[in-house]
Amino acid sequence: MAKEIIKVGMAAFSTAVEPASLVTIGLGSCVGVCLWDSAKKIGGLVHIMLPDSTQARNVTNKAKYADTGIVLLVEEMTKKGAVASRLTAKIAGGAQMFNFPGSNSVIRIGERNIEAVRMCLKRLNIRILAEEVGGSYGRTIEFFTVDGLLYIKTINQGEKTV
Amino acid sequence: MKDYSEINELQLDALKEISNIGAGNAATSLSQMLGRTINMSVPRASIAPFSEIGDYVGGADKVTAGGYLRVDGDMPMGMLFMIETEQAFYLLDILFGNVPGTSNDWTEMHCSAFKEIVNILSGSYLNALAVFTNNVYSPSVPAMAVDMTGAILGEVLQTVGEISDYALVLENVFIEKEKEITGQLFLLPEPKTLESLLKALGVL
Repeated sequence: MAKEIIKVGMAAFSTAVEPASLVTIGLGSCVGVCLWDSAKKIGGLVHIMLPDSTQARNVTNKAKYADTGIVLLVEEMTKKGAVASRLTAKIAGGAQMFNFPGSNSVIRIGERNIEAVRMCLKRLNIRILAEEVGGSYGRTIEFFTVDGLLYIKTINQGEKTV
Repeated sequence: MKDYSEINELQLDALKEISNIGAGNAATSLSQMLGRTINMSVPRASIAPFSEIGDYVGGADKVTAGGYLRVDGDMPMGMLFMIETEQAFYLLDILFGNVPGTSNDWTEMHCSAFKEIVNILSGSYLNALAVFTNNVYSPSVPAMAVDMTGAILGEVLQTVGEISDYALVLENVFIEKEKEITGQLFLLPEPKTLESLLKALGVL
């Protein structure tokens, strides 16, 4: 049976039910947050770009920020029948692609993204089962709703499933 | 200007024109550096939501070499030069006087030479802009990455992401005829810079 693969672009999100999988291509300093309800086999992926919506002038796209993006994803998954208290998380990305000499905090956005994602998940009581974050390389990820596994592919750092 | 999505057609055309002037200067410099004729395609100026930006550059998982620099001063913006790795090696082979196909590894020398190409391209581009707008541009040294296009673009677009849900991409393609090498140069002006540019062009 051909399984549906749902592509999630930058600053976007999607939910999926078994047997579909969610894919996001080329995560750099962005973080892919994957949530899963193991009983209902419902998965969700949000491709967040920035750590904090409270710094923004106007937030029209909630999926862009860690704080609002994860809350939005939980809401959408709940609408599909997932139970919030059952959700677990796997996260990937948050690299630093470019290394400027004497780089400042604005450029070290990857780390800030990871930190913001962790904080938000903690606040929502969602346990992180796996992290594949940091470094200085891009990642393409596929998240399977069937078993909650996360497949990570890189150019020079191999591939793995967590 | 609140969001890039508010830019109209006339303004886009004006931006294309200015990018054409900048890139023309850049192509001349590259041509002198390599001793080859470098042509340019018609510039593209477009506004795309972040979620579509991967498709826009021909697939987010394509492996490319990217040279990125920040411009501070009166006109904050980012500049990114992207080229497929094989083609980047070809450019470097020309530069080093090697038989094309010799280079296949990113040694320190290759990285340094690649950054120099980016430096020359962006420097000459910005010089043309400076003459046009009477502003001071202070570019940083370039940083480089060889990785998935999406990952490179994602990081470059962060600054834009803080302000907008759309990316304004001014793109110029450089073409070396013999081998059809194509490299893309992106100018990513911050909103303040965009306003200054549009004012200088008389379309704001």
